[in-house]
Amino acid sequence: MCDAKICTDGEKMDIKKSAVAGTLESNDVFVEIEESDTLKIEIESIVYAQFGEDIKNTVKDMLDKMDVKAAKVSLNDHGALDCVIRARLETAIKRASEVEA
Amino acid sequence: MRRSMLFMPGNNAGMLLNADFLGADSIILDLEDAVSTAEKDAARILVRNAISTLEYTKSEVIVRINPLDSPFYTSDINEIVPTKPSMLMLPKVSSREDVLAYDELVTKREKECGMEEGTIKFIPLIETALGIENAYAIASSHSRVVAVLLGAEDLSADLGCKRTKEGNEIAYSRGRIVCAAKAAKIACYDTPFTDVNDDEGLKKDAALAKSLGFTGKASISPRHVNAINTVFSPTMAEIEYASEVLRTIKKAKAEGLGVVSLKGKMIDAPIVARAEQVLQAARELGVDIDE
Repeated sequence: MCDAKICTDGEKMDIKKSAVAGTLESNDVFVEIEESDTLKIEIESIVYAQFGEDIKNTVKDMLDKMDVKAAKVSLNDHGALDCVIRARLETAIKRASEVEA
Repeated sequence: MRRSMLFMPGNNAGMLLNADFLGADSIILDLEDAVSTAEKDAARILVRNAISTLEYTKSEVIVRINPLDSPFYTSDINEIVPTKPSMLMLPKVSSREDVLAYDELVTKREKECGMEEGTIKFIPLIETALGIENAYAIASSHSRVVAVLLGAEDLSADLGCKRTKEGNEIAYSRGRIVCAAKAAKIACYDTPFTDVNDDEGLKKDAALAKSLGFTGKASISPRHVNAINTVFSPTMAEIEYASEVLRTIKKAKAEGLGVVSLKGKMIDAPIVARAEQVLQAARELGVDIDE
């Protein structure tokens, strides 16, 4: 398989433990994933008024691509670009799913 | 043209975003020393996404992956090769076999991705005593190898000596690297100057590297980029002299003269070759040359 975007080899991501990724620095986002029976998304962002919906759509898209059906996902965003949000989500999901990145 | 190569920590989102605007000819997105063991996975994914998404148009992108004695280099190659950076920087290369070991994995990944074999070039980082002694074998080990970089910090530790600003402890290594690279017809880059607050020391160190034959110099601070670019760019006086050399040679040929001199100095083949190198560098920098 050759996918430079996610490279999960089609493996379903079961959230097995809590995990975090990213930082609270400018242009980054801090992501926390926890086990949950349902899908819950919480977003805090310094640019929420302008880009809150875009960030939410990015989170949903990543969860969908990585086949995460149930988890509590919290983001503390400090102006991260879309590719950074995706990278931190992927890292946190893989860590929480105990999949080697 | 590669004069300056700037190391950027691979897990720093802000720095990856700004990397293209710092004036460096090449940026080295670092997955090795600048990233803690616990964050290797995060940095690899972040760098992969950055290269795939952001447009680095001013600087060439190089990724320093993790060394063969770590558990990370295979994942680094698998994730980074599909994004097609210009080069992979290979750390702690001590032998031809080290380069070939990296090549095997990169070739496999290129094939999996439908990429032409050899797309990704290598810049081995020579930073061990064994690597210095095998410099030519490394430089000529594979067609992917287009440059080598001297890493003096790890080398000093391996040599058991103190790293100094004067650099006497790496004089032999610098000479050996330059000679090996030139013999293999590839570029060679000098080790970073690590005191970010010593501007004069940096200029002196870069000028020394240039005088020895290095093509450029690596840097760990954006503050050093301009000074390195200046030192490794031809001066206007050098460009004017080189133009004059070539005009003189052209005129002499037209007049059927075998031996020719300029300002009292005989112009021979090495002087012409050097003049052509200076003008080529000037052209790459967009200088308008009076030929």
